[in-house]
Amino acid sequence: MKKTVLYDHHVKLGANMVEYADYLMPIQYSAIKEEHHAVRNDAGIFDVSHMGEIAVLGKDATDFMDMIFTNNIRSMTANQILYGFLLYDTGGVVDDLLVYKYNDEHYFLVVNAANTDKDFAWIKSQAQNFDVEVLNKSPQYSELALQGPKAESMLQSHTDYDLSTLRFFTFDDVTLEGRSFMVSRTGYTGEDGFEIYGDHTDIKALFKTLLISHEALKPCGLGARDTLRFEVALPLYGHEISETITPLEAGYKFAVAFDKPAFIGKDALLKQKEAGLKRRIVGLEILDKGIVREGAEVFKDATKVGVVTTGYLSPSLNKAVALALVDKPHDKRGTELTIGVRKRLLKAKVIKRKLYNK
Amino acid sequence: MKTPKELRYTETHEWVKVEDGFAYIGITDFAQDSLGEIVFVELPEENDQLNQNSEFATIESVKAASDLNAPISGVVVAVNEDLEDAPELLNTDPYENWIVKIEIEDQSELDSLLDSEAYIKVTEEE
Repeated sequence: MKKTVLYDHHVKLGANMVEYADYLMPIQYSAIKEEHHAVRNDAGIFDVSHMGEIAVLGKDATDFMDMIFTNNIRSMTANQILYGFLLYDTGGVVDDLLVYKYNDEHYFLVVNAANTDKDFAWIKSQAQNFDVEVLNKSPQYSELALQGPKAESMLQSHTDYDLSTLRFFTFDDVTLEGRSFMVSRTGYTGEDGFEIYGDHTDIKALFKTLLISHEALKPCGLGARDTLRFEVALPLYGHEISETITPLEAGYKFAVAFDKPAFIGKDALLKQKEAGLKRRIVGLEILDKGIVREGAEVFKDATKVGVVTTGYLSPSLNKAVALALVDKPHDKRGTELTIGVRKRLLKAKVIKRKLYNK
Repeated sequence: MKTPKELRYTETHEWVKVEDGFAYIGITDFAQDSLGEIVFVELPEENDQLNQNSEFATIESVKAASDLNAPISGVVVAVNEDLEDAPELLNTDPYENWIVKIEIEDQSELDSLLDSEAYIKVTEEE
């Protein structure tokens, strides 16, 4: 079992530590709801050092990335970030990731913790005919996510860099409290905020400084990270996207550049698009009392038409809602469905996938 | 963590209080603390039969669902309907807020329950 550099600090802060992606990570410090609301209303800080970082370097880096990544690599300028997918030939997802562009010969990929080793091996296996070097940099980096409407003003008090100029989905080298970090305006919560990459000692120092300096800043665990991303329909690998659930079924066509001449998985996705989707991820509002969880079966009358991929009592809406993979034509907004929960069948209604809007 | 001496306990963190020939069943302080914020309780209905060690209710926290096991057998004579609208009462006072009241079917089943000292040992080992 691995520990992040902040492990002792989490324990001191009273966190419940759980095993996740081979790391001992904080699931919550105080209470998931409280941490969730802190991010929606003020700001929260997450240790996301378990995330994987992979560098792609070399003369052919742009050509190579263009082939393995679904989104439009050639449209990127330096210091820009794109969200997209690595796909199998079948159109199933190897992983979803952020790609940071330094220059035409240097890209930095941030991948899911649980997939880092798989991704690294897969990327290397595709690289044989390209002049590129693929490096797993994960052991060198720690990472924090500072998220919430007050994230910018809080971080600004630790740097001379004008953070208002750092636009959404861009990154830069930023000096915070005299130490250098790579800071991007990105996140996984539906709020404004930053993801901050640095070496272990620097991240440890920054985490402590931020928490001491800002009373309204709450340390947040994986529990709130999941409820926050769920409410704004950001997919989680293994739930809304997977080896068998394609980006089109998940509703992420915008991150698939069909106008590119080629990328791995394009033929399969094009075929799926032309044949018409058979199922897709929808939002569900649970009309009866009760909460539905991942794996619960979805029915139309007596026929099984889908499965819940994530479900919670949404802390922001204070309503039971879910994301579910539902067969067509039962995916239309307003369709009434039922969901099996233990011995009961709960009534539900198809709603927008983005469950929470500011 | 509170563990009142006058109650009996299970290894799965339910408590039992016997009063006027009826048994009240709830969850322990340790249980509510490990579950975190309780957001929904799926209660049994009056006249449901509870069987010792079988699941009889479900508690949902933000993160997950947990089943409750019946410490002893018996027929449900009342459920605590306050919990339908205010499930968080189980967090604020787990011993004041019982979940079901049942008719005791077999007095000898009470002997299989833990006293407070034995239960504290169980929680220390977790």
